[in-house]
Amino acid sequence: MFSSIINPDFFASAIRIAIPLALAGLGGVYSEKSGVVNIGLEGIMLTTAFAAVAATNFSGNVWIGILIAAIVGMLLGLIHAIVTVSFKANQIVSGVAINLFASGITVFLSWLWFHETQIMALKSLPIWGFRVPAPEEASSLIRGLIVVFAHHSPMVYISFIIIVISNILIFRTPFGLRLRSVGEYPQAADTLGVNVTKMRYIAVLISGGLAGLAGSVLSIEQAHFFVKEMSGGRGFIALAAMIFGKWTPFGTAAAALLFGIGEALAIRVQGVYTIPVQFINMIPYLLAILVLVGAIGRATAPATSGIPYEKEIS
Amino acid sequence: MDKEKLQKENLFFSIIEKITPIIAIIGALFIGSIVILLMGEDPIQVYKMMFGLAIGNRDGWGNVLFRATPLIFTGLAVAFAFRCGLFNIGGEGQVYVGTFLAAFVGFTFTNLPAILMIPLTIAASALGGALWAALPGFLKAKKGIHEVIITIMMNWIATSLTFYLALLYKAPPTEEMRLAGLPQMIPHTSEIAETARLPRIASLLSKINISFPSHNPLNVSFFIAVIAAILVYYILWKTSLGYEIRAVGYNSAAAEYAGISIPKNILLAMMISGALAGLVGTNEIMGYKFRWRQELFLGLGFNGIAVALLGKNHPLGVVLAAILFGTLSYGGALVNIFTAGKIPRELIMVIQAVIVILVVISDEIIKRLILRRKTE
Repeated sequence: MFSSIINPDFFASAIRIAIPLALAGLGGVYSEKSGVVNIGLEGIMLTTAFAAVAATNFSGNVWIGILIAAIVGMLLGLIHAIVTVSFKANQIVSGVAINLFASGITVFLSWLWFHETQIMALKSLPIWGFRVPAPEEASSLIRGLIVVFAHHSPMVYISFIIIVISNILIFRTPFGLRLRSVGEYPQAADTLGVNVTKMRYIAVLISGGLAGLAGSVLSIEQAHFFVKEMSGGRGFIALAAMIFGKWTPFGTAAAALLFGIGEALAIRVQGVYTIPVQFINMIPYLLAILVLVGAIGRATAPATSGIPYEKEIS
Repeated sequence: MDKEKLQKENLFFSIIEKITPIIAIIGALFIGSIVILLMGEDPIQVYKMMFGLAIGNRDGWGNVLFRATPLIFTGLAVAFAFRCGLFNIGGEGQVYVGTFLAAFVGFTFTNLPAILMIPLTIAASALGGALWAALPGFLKAKKGIHEVIITIMMNWIATSLTFYLALLYKAPPTEEMRLAGLPQMIPHTSEIAETARLPRIASLLSKINISFPSHNPLNVSFFIAVIAAILVYYILWKTSLGYEIRAVGYNSAAAEYAGISIPKNILLAMMISGALAGLVGTNEIMGYKFRWRQELFLGLGFNGIAVALLGKNHPLGVVLAAILFGTLSYGGALVNIFTAGKIPRELIMVIQAVIVILVVISDEIIKRLILRRKTE
C-alpha cells in the first residue's frame, strides 16, 4: 500500500513539480538579496506561461517559446525595477500591480489572438537522458535512479545547473558580494563604489527572467496548455520556499522539493483515500503556511529587503 | 524667498499631491487608447461608448453603483489595514468566507422575522471575513510572519473550502437553468429566506413615484457601503482605537514606546479589515442573487487593492475610486457586448493595473519635487 505511493515515479514527479517553484524562488533570492521584494513573481509566471505557449505556437519551436518567456519575464522585471528602484515606489504595491496586469493581459491577449482562454501548446519538450531499462535488463535500484534523476525534460537539468551556478555566483564571486552588500548595507556599498541602482536592476531583471523560465515550465512542460490564472499562487509558494530556504539557492531548491513532495503526495493520495478533492487541493497552501510558521526565528531576511535606497543629500 | 510666495507654493504642491490619481487615470486611459489603436479600433469611439452607455442614463448609473458597492467594501478593507501598516491582499478569501456565511445564515434560519434576520445576516457576512483575516493577523502579531504571503495562501484555501461547502449544501438547478438545458457546472446553494433580503432601490423609488428600471440590481447594500465608509473614517480619525492603529502604522517603534500594544492593534486592524471585505455579502447575497455561487466574486479582493491605492487609502477616495472602477467595469462589459467581443472586457483589467502603477509613480515624483523645493 505504502510502496504503491512512495516509489521512483513519485520522486520523479515531485522533482518535476518542484522545478517551477525552485526557479521562481531563486528569482526571489536574487531580488531580495539585492534589497527588492518581488511579489510580482506570481504575475510574471502567469504572463510568461502564456507567452511561452503563444510564442511556441507562432514560431513552431518550443525553445523559442521558452526564450520569449524569459525575455517577457525580464521585461516585467524591468518594469518592477523602474517603479521600485528608480522611482522608489512601494515594492509590494508594484508587485501587486504586476499581478493585476498579468491577470488582465493574459486573458485579453488569449481572446485577441486565439479566441479562447485555454490554448493548447502545439509543441512540447523532449525527454532527455537514459532510456528506462526493462525489469530484466537492470536491477530495480538502477532503474529507480534513472527514473528519478536521468529521465526528465531538459528544463529539469537546466534548472539543476542554474541552481548550482546561482549558489556560486551569489556566495563565491565579487558580483555576489556586491549583490549581497547592496541588500544588507547599501550606504556602505555605495561608499565603496558599488552602484546600488545598477546592482538592484540586474538582480530584479535576473529574478524576472527566472520567473519567466518557471512560467514556461508550468505551461509548456507540465500542463501542455495555457489557461487563465494557471499560476495558482505558485509565485507566492515560491516566496515561501525562499524564506524557508533562508534566502540561499540550495535552501530554496530544497524547500521547493518539499513542496513538490507535498503536492505529488496529494495527487497520489487522491485515489487511495476518500478525502474530498477540495481538501487535497488545499495541501500546498496549508503546507506553505506551516513552513512559514516553522521558518520564523530561524531565518533572517536581507537587512534592507523592501526598503528603497535613498542617497543622502548633504 | 518671502513668506507669502512660499505659502502659495506649498498650496500649489498640496493640490498637485491630491490630484495625482487624476493624472494617473488620464495616463492609463491614454495607454489604453494606444492598445485600442493597435487593435485597429478608434479609441475615442470606444471610450465614448464605454462612458456614454455606463453613465448616460439611470439604468447605467444603477449598474455602475451596483458594481461599485462590493469594491467600496474591499477597497475599505485594504485601506483600513494599510493605515496600520498592513497589506491585506487576502480580500478575495475574506469575501468568499463572509459571503458564504451570510448565505448559510440566510438559508438556515428561515423562520426568523426580517427585523432579526437582516442584522443577523449582515453580522454573519462581517464575521466570516473577520475570522478568515484573524489567522494572518495573529501570525503577524505574534510571530512577525509577513501577512502578504499568508493572506494569499488563505485565498486559495478559502476557494477550496467554500467550493466544498457549496457542494455540501448544493441546491438543484434553477428553473431558468433547466429550461435553458444548462448543466449545473458550478454548484450553488439554496436561496436565502425572503426575510434576509435587502430591498432593491427600484422598489424603494417606485414608492415615491420616481421611475427607475425595475430590473436594475442596485440595492440597499450601496448605502451600507457608504455607511461603512463613514464608520471607517470615524473609527480611524475620531476614536482612540483608530489613533492607536494609525500610530502603529505610522511608526510602530514610537507607538510601542508610547505604550500602545502593537500585536493587539495588528490583530484588530486585520479583523476589522476582514469584516469590511466580508460585508460584500450584503450586496451579492442579500441584495442580488440571494444564493451563494463562487463565480460571483472573482477578482473583487484584488480590485479592492487598486481601489484603495487610487483612493489614497482614504474612505472618501475609496468611494470615488470604486465608482470609477464600477464605471470602467460596466462600460467595459457593454463595449464587449456591443462590439461582439472584438474588444475583450479584460482591457479594463489592464487599464486598472496601469492606473495603479501610474498612481504610485506620480506620487513618488511629486514627493521628490516637494522635497527638492524644500531643500533649495
